[in-house]
Amino acid sequence: MSNLPAVANKQGVADPAVAAAASDFVTMTVADQLFGIPVLTVQDVLGPQRITRVPLAPPEVAGALNLRGRIVTAIDVRRRLGLPKRDANTPGMNVVVDFKGELYALMVDNVGEVLSLAADSYERNPATLDPRWRDVSAGIYRLKGKLLVVLEVARLLDLKVKRGAEAA
Amino acid sequence: MDDLLRDFLTETSESLGMLDTELVKLEQNPNDPGLVSSIFRMMHTIKGTCGFLGLPRLEKVAHAGENLLDKIRDKELVADTTTVSLILESIDRIKSLLSVLEQTEAEPEGEDSDLIQRLNDFAAGKGAGAPAAPAAAVPLQALAATPAEPEPDEHGFVPVPAHKTAAVADAIASQNAAPPAPPPAPVPAPAAAKPPAPAAAKPPAVKAEAAAGESAVAASSIRVNVDVLENLMTMVSELVLTRNQLLQILRSQKDSEFAAPLQRLNHVTSELQEGVMKTRMQPIGNAWSKLPRLIRDLSHELGKKIDLLMHGQETELDRQVLELIKDPLTHLVRNCADHGLEPPDERRAAGKPETGKVILNAFHEGGHIIIEIKDDGRGLNIDRIKQKAVQNGVATEAEVAAMPDQQAAQFIFAAGFSTAAQVTSVSGRGVGMDVVRTNIEKIGGTVELKFQRGKGTAFVIKIPLTLAIVSALIVECSGERFAIPQISVLELVRAHGNSETTVERVNEAPFLRLRNRLLPLVSLHDTLRLGETRGMEDDKSFIVVTQVGNYTFGIMVDRVFDTEEIVVKPVAPILRDVPMFSGNTILGDGSVIMILDPNGIAAGSGASAATMSETQTAQTASEAARSEGERVALLVFRAGGQAPKAVPLSLIARLEETDAAQIEYSDGKPVLQYRGKLMPLVTIDPSYGIRSEGRQPILVFADRNRNMGLLVDEIVDIVEERLSIEMNNARPGMVGSAIISGKATDVIDTAHYLAQAFGDWFGKADQPFGGADTARRLLLVDDSPFFRNLLQPILQVAGYDVTTADTAAQALTLCESGREFDVIVSDIEMPGMSGFDFAETLRRSEKFRETPILALSSHTHPADIDRARRVGFTDFIPKLDREGLLASLSELGGRSAAE
Repeated sequence: MSNLPAVANKQGVADPAVAAAASDFVTMTVADQLFGIPVLTVQDVLGPQRITRVPLAPPEVAGALNLRGRIVTAIDVRRRLGLPKRDANTPGMNVVVDFKGELYALMVDNVGEVLSLAADSYERNPATLDPRWRDVSAGIYRLKGKLLVVLEVARLLDLKVKRGAEAA
Repeated sequence: MDDLLRDFLTETSESLGMLDTELVKLEQNPNDPGLVSSIFRMMHTIKGTCGFLGLPRLEKVAHAGENLLDKIRDKELVADTTTVSLILESIDRIKSLLSVLEQTEAEPEGEDSDLIQRLNDFAAGKGAGAPAAPAAAVPLQALAATPAEPEPDEHGFVPVPAHKTAAVADAIASQNAAPPAPPPAPVPAPAAAKPPAPAAAKPPAVKAEAAAGESAVAASSIRVNVDVLENLMTMVSELVLTRNQLLQILRSQKDSEFAAPLQRLNHVTSELQEGVMKTRMQPIGNAWSKLPRLIRDLSHELGKKIDLLMHGQETELDRQVLELIKDPLTHLVRNCADHGLEPPDERRAAGKPETGKVILNAFHEGGHIIIEIKDDGRGLNIDRIKQKAVQNGVATEAEVAAMPDQQAAQFIFAAGFSTAAQVTSVSGRGVGMDVVRTNIEKIGGTVELKFQRGKGTAFVIKIPLTLAIVSALIVECSGERFAIPQISVLELVRAHGNSETTVERVNEAPFLRLRNRLLPLVSLHDTLRLGETRGMEDDKSFIVVTQVGNYTFGIMVDRVFDTEEIVVKPVAPILRDVPMFSGNTILGDGSVIMILDPNGIAAGSGASAATMSETQTAQTASEAARSEGERVALLVFRAGGQAPKAVPLSLIARLEETDAAQIEYSDGKPVLQYRGKLMPLVTIDPSYGIRSEGRQPILVFADRNRNMGLLVDEIVDIVEERLSIEMNNARPGMVGSAIISGKATDVIDTAHYLAQAFGDWFGKADQPFGGADTARRLLLVDDSPFFRNLLQPILQVAGYDVTTADTAAQALTLCESGREFDVIVSDIEMPGMSGFDFAETLRRSEKFRETPILALSSHTHPADIDRARRVGFTDFIPKLDREGLLASLSELGGRSAAE
């Protein structure tokens, strides 16, 4: 019942009231968990890249890469979420986002399709969510068979918040 | 904003800037007619344009100012301080009106009759009574307003066709000039009756002149919005990067058909880059234009007489850099005027001219710009700085007491540090020097501070010409590549296991001997924590000798590639906390590379500000604190007995360790095959048993081509201590005992061992020294650190209070600074001033006419001895004859005691 509007919306039914309440997300997986980022913040999706390591940088910063002449800082999302390293066989993908005029590449396992999700399948962060995840999640969408965690880019990139939380 | 209005704003603010400067000049040369007319013309143009654009309030102020200037031009008034202040005030008023106009596109409400009235009163002559003034102001306002007010609507001026503007402006100008001129007439009566005629006649002519001048300039230059240029620069930077990338590809392909066009592209890009850079270049004088006014105002406010001298105004640098250094410069100049220069009476008491000088000097030097800001004031008040440092908790009382002045001076760069006894409106708020330093370092520059008590302070700023594109050295360490800006690289040295350039370690810390100096090394691998172990051995490292301020150190890297022109891009905000990088860039091969920040590396490697300034101290010739306060690096070791022994580190050439089995005997004396020669080995005393197996540490002493090894049990440490020999024990081979690291330590007499190894090293074998007199002050001048280090302890033990100088010039400075010396010992061959000239100069001065001066030289040719006597040396001693020196000294001592 509750999924109905979402499905209808996905098919592009022009109900303005419902359409207004829906948002488009680029989906991606990290350690088999589905994540979403608002489509408008995403600049590019890249395959594996040559990354220059930045010594002394926070561990979440994997390095810097060259995207058509712009320098993009790569963030290891697994590391950020406290997950184990990706195994060597998975090449991984980069989702490039623009944050305050700077480009960041979020290193994830895989990038999926763009989904349009209705507001009524949205839930706030459940209280039981790991504090580390709660910190970067803007809420959860109930999809058929799985849940999608909305990543809040601003908080994902704020490495100091994480440290603060860890210290506490 | 309306184009016309914008042009007006830019143009007027430029003229106002010039007016500031010119007026200050006028105050100094009140009788320069050219200056008066040029000022008058500028003011007149401002007034004319205001009237034309319908800005009555501005126009009225400008008019009143012009009026006053007219009187000066006609020599009815003298451009004294009060007059100039008044005109400056009117300029300030115009500026403030303009800034509102810029924001709101309309003149602010209100009026300026107070100022105008004062201006008019003044113009009317000092005798103008109070009742007369309003009379002058009222008709003036009425009259001046008329031409501008036909259409108060601000759109009124828009439809005026551009080609007509000149004519209209002229028309209005003359119209304006004519009616306002009469008002002063009725007031001062007969005297002022004449001016209206010339005043009315002149302005149009002046206007025509000005217009002619402008059009000539306008033909060869145009105004371009800064954003356009910035944008252009960014594009060119990207083009340079792409070009680099293409060239890199080309290099890997032979016989490519792209070769020729790419070469062409390469040249065009370089030229384009150069051309665009040029558009961004501006003379540094632009940043200085506000300073004369600042100094003038300061000198009035502070009651000091200050001369501002500016040299090298035409030196060009990047607009962006110029913007960034404007504020630091202003601050430094302010500081010089406020803190540095003394009030006139104090200057007179100190025997200086009443008028203090603030000197600005700019020049190019190898890809950077050097800007010096100097004053001839009192120098820094070190005692107060120290006191303040303790108060602020930056340092402890004990630390401060032991600190050399130059080092303590660095505290002024600490945040929240102000020593001004009271906060003046000028400076002393404790925000400043730290900001100055940060701002300059932000653009890759450095600030150096030099001062001399009672003689002045100097700040030397070194900044890159441009920020956008810099040349950088690409290096590799542990598989990662980094760029080091060429600006900070002094030289490259290849470390070699078996040559002079060996990386030596003292308690893990690496050092390199480089031309008689110990160069601290920083391992890039360790500093940047590039993995667990370093794949490269020390001995195969490349050393990038780097300079930060006065501090020189070496960065150890694995490989060095070529230099590349790089476009500096700021690092992502997420990485700003890492101080080791000043930015990043994309190389020709498309990879991202981090740009190292030498400042950050120096700081991160533990070279704190204190050690940096310590190095500085060692190099600064101006300080006389060498004799008692100097810290000496000492090598502490054990040999023959448990008591630690020490020797000045600078005397040691190398530390070696050999297999004891390699020690051979020649003529019954131990020797070692060392670098293709036999090196004599000596022991600490004859009873010392030489090991026959195991590792044997050796201290190698070298002089010219000779080496000597001293066998020791164990190298303990390297410490920096004040070397004060406390006890003169007569044991051969020891100069005495000193407390080092809290332990009584024997300081060995290197000369004794050198003489053992080479009988002829010092001419004669060692003998006990002559009896110690009461401490007599001795100045030792020698350019060779070897001899200075050698002689200093010997002379100290012989009872002299020794001060050293490494050049004759430095020695002279010491003598002139009022230091007293009972005897001077000087080398003859020295770079710069020779010992002969030094003695001659000293003999000319009253104070040193009688002081004994001994010459030390390895040249003992009779002609030299003759010359030495002629120029005033008391005695001439062969350089290696230590005994002779001591004998001569004690003879002199006896003689002066007998007198």
